Amino acid sequence: MTVAATFASPDPKAPRPGRVAYINARLIDPESGLDAPGALLTEGRQIADLGPRLFADGVPEGIDVVDCWGHVLSPGLIDMHVHFREPGHEHKETLETGSRSAAAGGVTTVACMPNTDPVIDDVALVHFIERRARETAIVRIHPIAAITRGLKGAELAEMGMLKEAGAVAFSDDGLPVYDTLVMRRALSYSTAFDALVIQHAEDPKLSACGCMNEGETATRLGLPGIPNASEAIVVERDIRLAEITGGRYHVAHISTAEAVAAVREARARGVRVSAEAAPHHFVLNETAVGDYLTFAKMAPPLRSEADRQAIVEGLADGTVEAIATDHAPHDQDSKRLPFAHAANGVVGLETLVPLTLELVHARQLDLRRALAAVTSNPARLLGLDRGVLAKGRPADLTVIDIDRPWCIDAAQFQSKSKNSPFGGRAVRGRALRTVVGGRTVFALGG
Amino acid sequence: MAITYPHQHLLGIEGLSPAEITLLLDLAESYIALNRRADKKKDLLRGRTLINMFFESSTRTRTSFELAGKRLGADVINMSTSSSSIKKGETLIDTALTLNAMRPDVLVVRHPDSGAVRLLANHVACAIINGGDGSHEHPTQALLDALVIRRHRGRLDGLLVAICGDIMHSRVARSNIHLLTTMGARVRLVAPPTLLPAAIARMGVEVHHDMRSGLEGCDIVMMLRLQTERMQGAFVPSGREYFHFYGLTYDKLAKAKPDALIMHPGPMNRGVEIDSAVADDITRSVILEQVELGVAVRQACLEVLARNLPSLQHNQ
Repeated sequence: MTVAATFASPDPKAPRPGRVAYINARLIDPESGLDAPGALLTEGRQIADLGPRLFADGVPEGIDVVDCWGHVLSPGLIDMHVHFREPGHEHKETLETGSRSAAAGGVTTVACMPNTDPVIDDVALVHFIERRARETAIVRIHPIAAITRGLKGAELAEMGMLKEAGAVAFSDDGLPVYDTLVMRRALSYSTAFDALVIQHAEDPKLSACGCMNEGETATRLGLPGIPNASEAIVVERDIRLAEITGGRYHVAHISTAEAVAAVREARARGVRVSAEAAPHHFVLNETAVGDYLTFAKMAPPLRSEADRQAIVEGLADGTVEAIATDHAPHDQDSKRLPFAHAANGVVGLETLVPLTLELVHARQLDLRRALAAVTSNPARLLGLDRGVLAKGRPADLTVIDIDRPWCIDAAQFQSKSKNSPFGGRAVRGRALRTVVGGRTVFALGG
Repeated sequence: MAITYPHQHLLGIEGLSPAEITLLLDLAESYIALNRRADKKKDLLRGRTLINMFFESSTRTRTSFELAGKRLGADVINMSTSSSSIKKGETLIDTALTLNAMRPDVLVVRHPDSGAVRLLANHVACAIINGGDGSHEHPTQALLDALVIRRHRGRLDGLLVAICGDIMHSRVARSNIHLLTTMGARVRLVAPPTLLPAAIARMGVEVHHDMRSGLEGCDIVMMLRLQTERMQGAFVPSGREYFHFYGLTYDKLAKAKPDALIMHPGPMNRGVEIDSAVADDITRSVILEQVELGVAVRQACLEVLARNLPSLQHNQ
């Protein structure tokens, strides 16, 4: 079934949007705790007003009206971890197609990882991403720059100048910064610019040639495994480094109970550590690999059920602050291979809302915390003035029907790639409308 | 003389009293005029032997000590690593004992290892001046910096001094921190976190990572060289980035007091830690004056140490 949807076209010279009233909304602002029926007014690119009594006597003439039909009106969703493959692998995704995928998933802002070709480790490449995003994308795209030149793990990239140019964080994601001294220097140097250092926590020597979680399933399938310790060792090491340097350290796509426990303990001691989890890690476990399903192959791998539950607990108690998709598009040729040779990664933007809401519907996570993990928390980590419903802030909004039942069909994805293990899954909850800077960039069903 | 210098050696600034530092600066002051005359000679050290032992390359410090010794009438020998027995495998202590047997009066030692000069001092009978040991101390540089500041500002106490750059590897920074804080000046360090050693704030200084805030209201801006030869791996991403954030430019200098002095112990990396135009600005930069006064300071150090040499009393 094809669902009718409309997308705005990217147009950097589009006229300033006028005034739009969002009425009959369930306003949820995770930052302030607001959760009430009401309305919101945008004027131009900003939020002009909001509240339970706004437009109680009707909307004055001259203001466009969007009826939310009682659905949730949330700050626009922010995904702090995506791979848009441009430049270098445009056959898998581009800033344009990635942004359409984001918009269709209710996401208004993404931070894209620098492991492109060339690697985003130079000011000129940050400018390139920003220019291409301005010209082709319909959501806001912020580059994350490399920690080390060429992701080689040896020499620091020019973090200060890269941050000045617009990089919102630093990561060698896809690869860990494995050298302890380089990581110490990165965390230390980052403090001069209050930059966030995001680690792909994995000990490459220990992971060796592993291609799925180490354990019974891997053994039965005859696949080499990756132990939990591969992630935990690096997270525990980095916490020590964050402690002596004062750096802001963020664990990407946390996957193990051990790493969640280490982050929880470090945060309790006041170390500046944060973590994000990807929906596939809190919705699936290693059994999803089933019969060598390469769509369930990613790094870090799907872990045991106990690890999955530990991540859910981490989200529920605030240890894991952010939910990020690790949207990693791959063409068919990269996945139609023997399991050990298939590429790592899943596309995630268009399944973010329903998979996150699975935890809410299962009463394992309250709605406010779930939304905070995709709005105010990543905004704070990246230093963005978004992710909140407040007067004067950018009018980035998402209308979400949290109960809408639907069946995920990867063929319908806006993303150029369809590598999702969730095809055919019956889910509840969907983004109905995505608004960026006061302009609707996606609306479901017309 | 009411105040004397009661030590056999000059190994560092740490531990010197304000009175001892003032004594050395006052004495150095008297040599400035002498050095500007056509006849610069005194015979205070006649018959004395001064050996410059440089285990690390140096131009200005070695020449400065050589001139200081010669102008005071001493016989001066220069030894450098390439011509010494160290290359033949002799230990530092053996070298010290060998030299000691030749009965020098003063040894000036520069060594790449912190603490090496003190180790040598434990095995010789003569006076030793530390000409710079590793990242530990460079006392005569701090004294000459203080002399330059005092001549321009008339005092040291109450001044606000920013020391900027590679603090981690700098012996000049450590000696200056000791001297300036001992004399009542306030010291700010300005550097990226990777170039600041652990717990440096415990030395009684303010630490800034942002150069503009660090230079705010400063009387003196002291720049340090990026010591690439002492760096194992990259402490900063690039020279370009370093200059952008920590290079001294007129723009950043504008945060300091309008008459703030610019100092640099040399040799300068133009375009890395200091903009060429700023370095050459004769209204602000006292970099060449530092070199000139360095000779006077070393003469003063040689004089006070010579006074304490036991044989001098026998001669008189």
